[in-house]
Amino acid sequence: MADSFIPLDRDGMAARAARDIPEGWVVNLGIGIPTEVANFIPADREVIIHSENGVIGAGPAPAPEAVNPYLVNAGTQPITLVRGAAYVHHADSFAIARGGHLDLTVLGAFEVSETGDIANWARAAHEPVAQIGGAMDLAIGAKRLWVIMEHTTKEGGSRLRRQCSYPLTAKGTVKRVFTNLAVLDVTPRGFVVRDIIPGLSFEDLQARTEAVLYRD
Amino acid sequence: MIDKFVRSAAEALDGVPDGATVLLAGFGDVGMAMTLLEGLIEQGARDLVLVCNSGGRDGSAVARLLTLGRVRKLVCSFVRPASDAGRLIAAGKLEFEVVPQGTLAERIRAAGAGIPAFYTPTAADTVLAEDREVREIGGRLCLLEYPLAGDLALVDAWEADRWGNLTYRDTQRNFNPIMAMAAKRTVAQTKHAVELGAIPPEHVMTSGIFVHHVLHVPD
Repeated sequence: MADSFIPLDRDGMAARAARDIPEGWVVNLGIGIPTEVANFIPADREVIIHSENGVIGAGPAPAPEAVNPYLVNAGTQPITLVRGAAYVHHADSFAIARGGHLDLTVLGAFEVSETGDIANWARAAHEPVAQIGGAMDLAIGAKRLWVIMEHTTKEGGSRLRRQCSYPLTAKGTVKRVFTNLAVLDVTPRGFVVRDIIPGLSFEDLQARTEAVLYRD
Repeated sequence: MIDKFVRSAAEALDGVPDGATVLLAGFGDVGMAMTLLEGLIEQGARDLVLVCNSGGRDGSAVARLLTLGRVRKLVCSFVRPASDAGRLIAAGKLEFEVVPQGTLAERIRAAGAGIPAFYTPTAADTVLAEDREVREIGGRLCLLEYPLAGDLALVDAWEADRWGNLTYRDTQRNFNPIMAMAAKRTVAQTKHAVELGAIPPEHVMTSGIFVHHVLHVPD
């Protein structure tokens, strides 16, 4: 039976990405599923979470009665700090992002190309109302950029492309993609499949993917 | 004696002209000088250029300033299409310059630091670079950016003394320190008014030399 596999849900994708983050990294987690990655980093593994509104060392959400209205993350959700945390102003916070001081940025995306281009801010080139936020700065600055997204669109179209069809956020910066079906590295050859969910064959995965896939 | 405390937002914002460029700090509501923004709405200046992180949620003070038709142009990193700002832009009633958030911060910083231009890789490979100067530097495509200075900056502080020395609490800081340095006239509202010398020099986050007026807004 072709459909005897269960795609990962949001938590599953976040947990899978968290597995690959080693102790000591400084990490920025984008809005959406990437933010959830922090929930799956084991408590005994020290990873420093940067939030671009000026936090180095963000911690989990507080209990409702312990919310501090002055302390939010880049999604303006209430957070806590971990011990050892620090604040910086906005220009310094983006100097951290742009200046190569992040070991990793994790973003959501509409599409990723086989050359590591990312499109995650607009569906048409000249939309009058734009929602860029910090994505472009984050996407060009980190030592490595990972993406978490569904493997296909709701209509079944491939999000892993030979070329992005949507306007780019940054060119050639994505290193790894976590989808609900697989983990893929962007290499000079193209997408190399590192991991597939149980019950799905390489051929089945390729059939759902526009870009050419390579075996590990 | 230097004393920058004023008694009202009206006093702090007296004479802000039509056409002024206003730097408004804040990330969401955090670190946004709400009393001063209300004061600006009250004061009446029109044709403003508003520089802030986002177009604001519906019902916010930012959205009110926009829907009152007082802003000619919005410069920010993020506008939700389904918001007052988004609808005004889509209807052609509000000019809009979208700037990546890090570039926005650095352009404001550059204005305060006397840097007349800079190159950044951010957005150099995107549609935002169309018809603009790009250059390969160190093997990487970079985009020329210019400073973003204000006629007025509205700053939200935790503590202030009569010299205008400021501290910020938690993520209240965000754009406040760089905007305070980038405007001809910087007005701060503060939760706590403290004696000169009460803020240890090591803890001053914005020096009073960048601040012109301070309004005490306790709870």
